[in-house]
Amino acid sequence: MSGDMILFFILASLSVIFSLLVIFPRNVVHSAMALAATLFFVAVLFLTLDAPMLAILQVLVYAGAIMILFLFVIMLLNPAALEGRRIAWWTLGSLAAVALLLELVSLFFYRPSPSGQPPVAAAFGGPETLAQSLFTDFALPFEIASVLLLVAIIGAVALAKREG
Amino acid sequence: MAPLNYYLVLSAIIFAIGVAGVVIRRNFIVILLSIELMLNAVNLTFIAFARYLGSMEGQVIVFFVMTVAAAEAVVGLAIIISIFRHRRSLDPREMQLLKW
Repeated sequence: MSGDMILFFILASLSVIFSLLVIFPRNVVHSAMALAATLFFVAVLFLTLDAPMLAILQVLVYAGAIMILFLFVIMLLNPAALEGRRIAWWTLGSLAAVALLLELVSLFFYRPSPSGQPPVAAAFGGPETLAQSLFTDFALPFEIASVLLLVAIIGAVALAKREG
Repeated sequence: MAPLNYYLVLSAIIFAIGVAGVVIRRNFIVILLSIELMLNAVNLTFIAFARYLGSMEGQVIVFFVMTVAAAEAVVGLAIIISIFRHRRSLDPREMQLLKW
């Protein structure tokens, strides 16, 4: 087994463990921290797939900005009451998720996938090539994304503002 | 290098965990965290395909998914704050005003 495969399996098991830790703890802060850890491991997986720019964006935007926002809201609301656990509900939900997983996995093994990665240029996935396609082929979606962010800011302020 | 299937199965596992979180948990914030988990699994799929097809489009789509996820998190958290202000609770079972 080559070093790449070992690295992949370590990262994969870590990200699965930490994503399970997102949904199991009863304390919301623990869930948020586990999600941040998962995002870090997935960012390293992005690095193994030659996407360094998106790995950096993942750490900065997701694990940085969005998780801090979540933590702020958790601490603002301070949900002290821990929810109870109903075994029937947990089994039902887990069974539904396992059924979905089996369906997806069988779909992925339905036809053989390319086993080797094609060689790409050294600049693949860097900021230069990403910006090249972002500002030429995808210039209109890029502008629409900026409008979407503006709408989200205005919507958040309007929703969270205390009326009266 | 790990084959494409491995990355797809990993992201399927993470996506299913996210679905389980949305179905099982009864806390708005954990439901939003699980949605972020699912979006992240889909991002992994996009980047794996982009690498194995050798094209940049998948990575550009991940950029836009991140934008939409940020907007979704902001608006979702604002909705949670305003709901909490009215109900003093984060339990989705108590929000059944529209239920017949």
